[in-house]
Amino acid sequence: MCISKIKNHLSRLTKLGLVATIFAAPLSNAADKLVIESWRNDDAKIWNDVIIPAFNKQHPDIKVVFAPTPPADYNSALQAKLQAGTAGDLITCRPFDTSLALYQKGNLEKLNSLKGMENYPEVAKAAWSTDDGNDVFCLPMASVIHGFIYNKEIFKDLGLSVPKTESDFFKVLESIKENSRYVPLVMGTADQWEAATMGFQNVGPNYWKGEEGRAALISGDAKLTDPEYVKVWDFMAKWAPYMGRGYQAQKYADSQNLFTLGRGAIYPAGSWDITTFNDQADFEFGAFPPPTPDGQKTCYISDHTDIGIGLNAASKQKESARTFLTWMAGPEFAELYANSLPGFFPLANHSVNIKDPVAKEFLSWRGQCKQTIRNSYQILSRGTPNMENQLWNVSVQVLNGTMKPEDAGKEVESGLKAWYPPHQ
Amino acid sequence: MKSTTNRTMSQNHPEPQTGAPNNIAKPFPWHILFFLGPALLIYISISVYPLLDTLRLGLFSEDETGATFFVGLQNYGNLLFNEFWSEPFWNALKNNLKFFAIHMALQNPIGLLLAMLLSSPKLRLSGTYRTLIFMPTMLSVVIIGFVWQLLLSPLWGISEDFMYNIGLGNYFDAWLGKESTALITLSLISVWQFVGIPMMLIYAALLNIPEDLTDAAVVDGAKSRHVFWHIKLPLLLPTISMVSILTFVANFNAFELIYAVKGALAGPNFSSDIMGTLFYRTFFGFQLQQGSPTMGAAVATLMFLIILTGVMIYLFFVQRRIQRFQL
Repeated sequence: MCISKIKNHLSRLTKLGLVATIFAAPLSNAADKLVIESWRNDDAKIWNDVIIPAFNKQHPDIKVVFAPTPPADYNSALQAKLQAGTAGDLITCRPFDTSLALYQKGNLEKLNSLKGMENYPEVAKAAWSTDDGNDVFCLPMASVIHGFIYNKEIFKDLGLSVPKTESDFFKVLESIKENSRYVPLVMGTADQWEAATMGFQNVGPNYWKGEEGRAALISGDAKLTDPEYVKVWDFMAKWAPYMGRGYQAQKYADSQNLFTLGRGAIYPAGSWDITTFNDQADFEFGAFPPPTPDGQKTCYISDHTDIGIGLNAASKQKESARTFLTWMAGPEFAELYANSLPGFFPLANHSVNIKDPVAKEFLSWRGQCKQTIRNSYQILSRGTPNMENQLWNVSVQVLNGTMKPEDAGKEVESGLKAWYPPHQ
Repeated sequence: MKSTTNRTMSQNHPEPQTGAPNNIAKPFPWHILFFLGPALLIYISISVYPLLDTLRLGLFSEDETGATFFVGLQNYGNLLFNEFWSEPFWNALKNNLKFFAIHMALQNPIGLLLAMLLSSPKLRLSGTYRTLIFMPTMLSVVIIGFVWQLLLSPLWGISEDFMYNIGLGNYFDAWLGKESTALITLSLISVWQFVGIPMMLIYAALLNIPEDLTDAAVVDGAKSRHVFWHIKLPLLLPTISMVSILTFVANFNAFELIYAVKGALAGPNFSSDIMGTLFYRTFFGFQLQQGSPTMGAAVATLMFLIILTGVMIYLFFVQRRIQRFQL
């Protein structure tokens, strides 16, 4: 199996190395040791201390090892391990194409018949299904929600209330800028991804009407030059005066530190930030959903399916692995996971009682607003140029004031037009 | 065995054999194979083979199931003529040339200056200075990147206060974050890190210049600038040109510093993108961009060709003209 796979794959460059790896790797046949590949190295403690012991209470015969790789190396390291036949039995899945490509290459097992899969809504499974929706290859694990986290003490001192609309939002920012020395909006553009993820994808769904707009973009009925997209960048273009001095060189970790040190008031966030802030901030913080355009009644949030878990097709212990996955689909895992990692929200239909107040706040928006996922993740980032990379690039330029909102739309649209037939 | 055939052949065609020694059977030189073999084997397997295989891989393409098929020069056609590939490619090449130009303009003169200062007999503690200046070269690029980001950070950095104290506070900016200054700043950091290498090599060459030469010149009435321009510099030129070609190769293979500071997307707006980061994105993929080993191999091949061309130009036009002096 391993050998034939190597022949199929092209990385002859590393062939010698791979052959060496195969001989060096212990061909473990101890039938009940499962290894989990993951990029969530931050979560190792929670897996080892909470989740795996809970599983072992029910299945003491199956040993589970959580073996994470740093996030930035995960995709390439996993690829190499799969080709060499040394990858773990359970594989944490990135959403959409990265995992789809693994499935198409035969690295991931089809999971349609997995017991427990029926607990998930279609929208949760979409991130790990083939384009026609027939095959599912990863079990949805968690989603992350975007919004803004704010420093409650600063808001209280300055007598501010949470903004609901776009103009409220700017009034609050202006008032922080006028009346205090705090940084009103804590975000930098040096790492680029925040501009697209915490900026564009955070506040955008309100303008393009969530799933409706996302579907229209995929079908080609909407274009990125349309007003609903340009308005998002228009909105973001007005952020610059409220961002910290030298925000162009401010990295993600800088922003996190700036906020947790109490030097900033509002932080465009992903719900995963809650864990970090709980550890580091010694003040009370809260969250509010992205402000709606003035006069709009419905709100939309990005509730992005971010983590799934699949079964390595080359695994020698598929039965044990399926047992583990079925357990993960159950209510016990959902409850444990959601409460150990506040900010990662389980996707199964079980009702989960979340204790963390800020995570609870984020989750409550699911009841008030319509949900969508990031619009560049499904299908649209398949070609060259890559739409996600372009969104990072233009969103940064809009925030830096080096590009006009209309031009941002034009640039991304022309990229999409280059390879995607519905936009041609 | 071989020698017997040789002899029979020479018996059949006796006429043009030039000299008798050719006919004497030599034993096969096993010792050469024995001594060269291991090194050759390692060199071929980890250097020649991957290089040739990269050249081969660049001629292939891949579908979504991972199957590869031959496409000839299509990858190169895309890279050079399809605007969505060629624009990043030319941009990376242009940035790389700038990166190299800044290194050449600063690294050699500063290295030379430092070496001259260090070799001055009046300087005390020269060993300490030498170690300190060489220190950054030995540090990990990740540390260098991290330290400089902190130094230059508008939030926590000390550079703003420093500039303010010397009266230049208004000129401070988020240099690493601006399109116009990011690449220059990164180049300067890189120069700072690697200036130890030209300094050391030139310093070693300076120590090799016999004092008789300079003494004789001084006796003949040469001032120290004459000694520098007419005696020391000509003798240093071979070293300087060697340092330059090493810098050229290192700059066009550079990647780590940019990746450590700006990430693989080398922003803002790809203003710090060089060949190494372009290759990384293409080969390994980035975020939602899937890696393409075949296209990556094409980029790597072009990098190889650019470096090869540079080295050839150097060999034919510079190396040959350098005069070497027997000291």
